[in-house]
Amino acid sequence: MQLEQSLVQWVGNLYAAGLSWWTSLGIPEWVWVALMAVLKGVAVLTFLLLNVLFLIWLERKVAGRIQRRPGPMHHGPQGIFQTLFDALKLVIKEDIIPSQADKWVFITAPLVMIAPALMIWVVMPFGPDLIARDLNVGLLYVSAVSSFSILALIMAGWSSNNKWSTLGAMRSAAQMISYEIPLGLALVAVGMLAGTLSLKGIVEAQQERTWFLLLQPLGFLVFIVAATAEINRAPFNLPEAESELVAGFNTEYSGFRWGVFFVAEYANLLFMAGMAATLFLGGWSGPAFLPPFLWWLLKTYLFVFLIMWVGWTLPRIRVDQLMELGWKFLIPVGLANIALTGVFVILT
Amino acid sequence: MVINYLEVGIFALVAVAFVAITLAIGSLLRPKNPYANKLAPYECGEIPVGDGQVRFHIRYYIFALVFLVFDVEIIFLYPWAVVLEQLGLFGLVEMLIFLGLLVVGLVYAWRKKVLRWV
Repeated sequence: MQLEQSLVQWVGNLYAAGLSWWTSLGIPEWVWVALMAVLKGVAVLTFLLLNVLFLIWLERKVAGRIQRRPGPMHHGPQGIFQTLFDALKLVIKEDIIPSQADKWVFITAPLVMIAPALMIWVVMPFGPDLIARDLNVGLLYVSAVSSFSILALIMAGWSSNNKWSTLGAMRSAAQMISYEIPLGLALVAVGMLAGTLSLKGIVEAQQERTWFLLLQPLGFLVFIVAATAEINRAPFNLPEAESELVAGFNTEYSGFRWGVFFVAEYANLLFMAGMAATLFLGGWSGPAFLPPFLWWLLKTYLFVFLIMWVGWTLPRIRVDQLMELGWKFLIPVGLANIALTGVFVILT
Repeated sequence: MVINYLEVGIFALVAVAFVAITLAIGSLLRPKNPYANKLAPYECGEIPVGDGQVRFHIRYYIFALVFLVFDVEIIFLYPWAVVLEQLGLFGLVEMLIFLGLLVVGLVYAWRKKVLRWV
């Protein structure tokens, strides 16, 4: 607790000192902010990549344990270095661009996938002052940036010029736009309770009242189901249903370009789990015996494990069931939740 | 004001740079040995039949249209959510009327079997 606070304070002091020295040189402030933003971006990216390596290993371990087998065991203790070697292998794999593919769209699609996967972390509060930038439109920003990946999937699927890819891309677009609405409805209800869209403000509002999980049980249900569908996790992994669509939109991708989709997918999993922790479990706030950042990490991994557990327990649902669940259950419940929350906010 | 959003653009650039640098490093290490069969679209080992960009069901367009209506509605909800406490009961009733109209639309689409996936 003390260590993290003083560390954050020290970095903050360094930042302020650097800024005053910078402006005394006569160079405009925004250049300094931009340089610092590069540092923040690299820091968050490193954090994400380490977590993705761990998450993939964790997923294989969880899947293994659920299916009563050990999972990866050979590289390092409990096979912890398995994904590291997998990632290295992907980097040195041959880079194949199919001859019939639309080359430039094919190359751009992974970039369009990974850019929002990192951009979205700008607003994530890791701790009281540990946040890249506390935008006052935080929730709106989250819902806007998270819908970018639909574009990437469509680009990847369409440019591959492959039947599996096209079908997978259309399916995933239909799925993601359908579940974006309940996701947005759940976010709005949280914003109504907190009276702000800034994620830092939402965590502070929960410190004043209580975890929004207790005030928003319906909203939480809608959020967690819609978020699971939004990041294409089982049981909503229809876009890449391997038993019917080969691999869906990324059938033609191989090597590191395919790895980029994979990294973005796990980064989004971590983000949605982190959002669930921030919006409904009080984010970084917790008893003082652990530093705020560790509280955030603990709660996030709680949700990561929950999503993996559900995914490896339930079978994949059919596409018509998927659409019915989204439009005929989650959206009406989300709307009712907003009306209820509105009445609650006015009464209290 | 704009300075607050510098991170947004720069994070995107950092992500793109990461991919570009890793691909560049990989290009020094990886083999390059393309031939016609390897570059052909994957169709379970068969020679591909026709174009890959197949026609798809009209249902996708209908869902896209319904989505557009509801997504725009949610954009309207965000600013209202922030100021709800200041607006008080009047704001709530107004928004409930707005939501009610949309629910009528949802029920209409439901009854017309637009939401049924076939």
